Amino acid sequence: MLEGIDVSLVDWSRAQFALTAMYHWIFVPLTLGLGILVAIMETLYVKTGNPEWKRITKFWMTLFGINFAIGVATGIILEFEFGTNWSNYSWFVGDIFGAPLAIEGILAFFMESTFIAIMFFGWNKVSKGFHLTATWLTAIGANLSALWILVANGWMQKPVGMVFNPETARMEMVNFWEVLFSPMAVHKFLHTTSSSFVLAAIFVIGVSAWFILKGRDVVFARKSIVIGAVFGFLSIIYTIFTGDSSARDIAHHQPMKFAAFEGLYNGSEGAGLVALGLFSENSTDPGNENLKDFAVKIEIPNILSYMAFLNWNAFVPGINDLINGNEKYGILSATEKIARGKLAIEKLKAFKEAKKTGQIALADSLKTEIMSPDFQKNYFSYFGYGYIADTDTLVPSVALSFYSFHIMVVLGLYFVFFFLMALFYTIKGKIHKKKTFLRIAIWTIPLAYLASQAGWVLAEVGRQPWVIQDLMPTFAAVTKISVGAVQVTFWLFAIIFTTLLIAEIKIMMRQIKIGPKTEGEPNHV
Amino acid sequence: MFESLSLLSLQQYWWLIVSLLGALFVFLMFVQGGETLLFSIAKNDNQKSLLVNTLGRKWEFTFTTLVTFGGAFFASFPLFYATSFGGAYWVWFAILISFVIQAVSYEFRKKPANFLGAKTYEIFLFINGLLGPLLVGTAVGTFFNGAMFSLDDMKHVTWGTPFRGLEAVLTFHNLALGLAVLFLSRVLGLLYFMNSIDSDVIYERSKKHLLYNTVPFLVFFLYFVIALLFKDGFAYNPETGIIAVESYKYLHNLLAIPLNTIMLLVGVVGVLWGIGTTLLKGGTKGIWFAGGGTVLTVWALLILAAFNNTSFYPSIFDMQSSLTIENASSSRFTLVAMSYVSLFVPFVLGYIWYAWKAMNNKKISTEELEQEHHVY
Repeated sequence: MLEGIDVSLVDWSRAQFALTAMYHWIFVPLTLGLGILVAIMETLYVKTGNPEWKRITKFWMTLFGINFAIGVATGIILEFEFGTNWSNYSWFVGDIFGAPLAIEGILAFFMESTFIAIMFFGWNKVSKGFHLTATWLTAIGANLSALWILVANGWMQKPVGMVFNPETARMEMVNFWEVLFSPMAVHKFLHTTSSSFVLAAIFVIGVSAWFILKGRDVVFARKSIVIGAVFGFLSIIYTIFTGDSSARDIAHHQPMKFAAFEGLYNGSEGAGLVALGLFSENSTDPGNENLKDFAVKIEIPNILSYMAFLNWNAFVPGINDLINGNEKYGILSATEKIARGKLAIEKLKAFKEAKKTGQIALADSLKTEIMSPDFQKNYFSYFGYGYIADTDTLVPSVALSFYSFHIMVVLGLYFVFFFLMALFYTIKGKIHKKKTFLRIAIWTIPLAYLASQAGWVLAEVGRQPWVIQDLMPTFAAVTKISVGAVQVTFWLFAIIFTTLLIAEIKIMMRQIKIGPKTEGEPNHV
Repeated sequence: MFESLSLLSLQQYWWLIVSLLGALFVFLMFVQGGETLLFSIAKNDNQKSLLVNTLGRKWEFTFTTLVTFGGAFFASFPLFYATSFGGAYWVWFAILISFVIQAVSYEFRKKPANFLGAKTYEIFLFINGLLGPLLVGTAVGTFFNGAMFSLDDMKHVTWGTPFRGLEAVLTFHNLALGLAVLFLSRVLGLLYFMNSIDSDVIYERSKKHLLYNTVPFLVFFLYFVIALLFKDGFAYNPETGIIAVESYKYLHNLLAIPLNTIMLLVGVVGVLWGIGTTLLKGGTKGIWFAGGGTVLTVWALLILAAFNNTSFYPSIFDMQSSLTIENASSSRFTLVAMSYVSLFVPFVLGYIWYAWKAMNNKKISTEELEQEHHVY
């Protein structure tokens, strides 16, 4: 089945997906969060009738529009890339994965794109109440879009609600609600959206800080900071809670990812959390480059066990336990999982053969066996392991997983402190005098983007080698196409997206410099 | 309620939905048609801005319909999604890239410090307007003329040429459909300008171009339809699933599904009526007839491609790999679940209609653009 798949094809296809996804993710969090912030600002305008709030709303709405356009541009590629570059994947799980994408289009994208037209062009055409509704629906539509694609992603991390059908050689959905309400998906959605709110709040505070430092539009900027600080503080607290739940999901369902982002090679009871650490050049295992050893680390005892299992003394398996197995804690070795996966593949082949040669009775009995709950649970759930030739490849890049996780967490904790300061100075009415804090606020904007990207690097790199946890390795998902073709599209996207990003940043900066417009100022058409 | 339907009925129901989305998309490509006319209809910058802003309030509908069409196709016929997108790699990426550069162009074109300059963004719009309809039309042509793929036991796709789908333009019948869709989108774009812009100059100029674009549209469209009636098709045996060539297959389909044939005729008459009355009597309502007609025509053609035991994506490389609505669809469970979601479609169409009316009750003019907060 996988003969002749070139390693560099897999790498280039991954690189292209990573490139397009990371570019898309530069713009999405701001859309998700700023949409809500603009809706809150407009609500204040409608409630108070104060035209200053209208001016504030319109300014942030302009930035929202610029960012939205490029988010849309980078997003369309992702949807179709599942087909163009991961066609084996698209068939294998299309029965489950396609549905959320379709629902996203029908229920969320249309809501977003219909009401955004009213939000931008309807100020003089529809009533105040209708306009406010349109702004809220745009923001809600954007966040609903995120819901469906994250349900799909959550399913890839923890497949649920399906059965393998040998007849069609694919996974088929048997329980829609299980897919939708899978805790992995729900926590992922909540964590992703709330962290996007944090990013947008930091953006609003940072940009407003620039105005105050320039001595321009101070009233506008202070009002914006109030909204940003309150919204941001609530969001970061929520982000930490949902992040904690997500970590627990990972500990239960993706123990290898969990061990990797913690750099935990040997499991133990009462495992400690490495709060900070740096890797050396040396590997703990000379045969595997991925297993870098720590040069320095600061460890807090027992915390990891509690984080993973809410029990200070629980056993947390390390990478070596997951590869070699650990009988005491009932952990199967990788070799055993591979054997079970191979058996599942052989049964499938035998079934196909029986079908081909017209041995109907044999085919039927094999189908019944493959689809039985016992076989699905004990053998089929390791289907992907059957393709793994070398157990070393079961370990993701430990250093990349560790660093991305720790960058995200450390920055997240810094944001709590940042919002507290912003709130404190705002309540004291002194924020416009705190020059150092205002300067820090501007520099916090890129940090918010860094934290956000790091989160996705962890989620996607940490689950390697799987595209669907335990069921489909990434290399089995790729479209068979020449490496040259993928290289061409990779560079095309790199050039196009980078050019558009430069244009976006330049336009954004100029619009910020122009600042909020006064009502009645004519446009330069 | 959907649970009681047979698997085949569900597959047909989903083909109807996906085809309807495709048909709406072709109508909404009036935006792309309009984008190719920016340079010929506008004689100064003010007029160009008027055109861009008129299209700019609708481009997202077209874009979203394309994305939803992709998602719905993925969910209901994942094997087509995997085969065609993974196989005809270059065609789909050419289409997608043209939509990528479109998506930023409206917003960025007139913004100060936009890095590439207004002209570049206008050229981006032109490229999207040209490639979008031309390649989409050509790709849909392969629904009738076949594509160069084969599928193995695990349904993994292999493509028969290194051109990865671009070879479709070498079949004139495909290209004729591509050109017909391109000129149709320009016709619709012109009718939309005439409907929505408060400017006599633009109205008159659009009317003149309407004639120039109607002629090639009719030539290519009629060639496509007439050739279709006489051509062989790929039929499948519903019992065994075996694919075989059948002479006059599409003619047979027209006779076998009279309701669809009537819809096709009504659609074509609608398009011609919309164009004809506008050319002869003037007025601004042409877009509604031509647009409605486009939806019915394309819908009927797509039904023709897949119903009555026809392969909707035949392979001319390995005939037994050809896709049919029966062998390419999702499982029964997924189709049922998705069918419940489809009940929201009328509601979605309802609010789109309502929003469209609320925004279009007054024609767009230069004076209005001067007062707007947000202009393209």
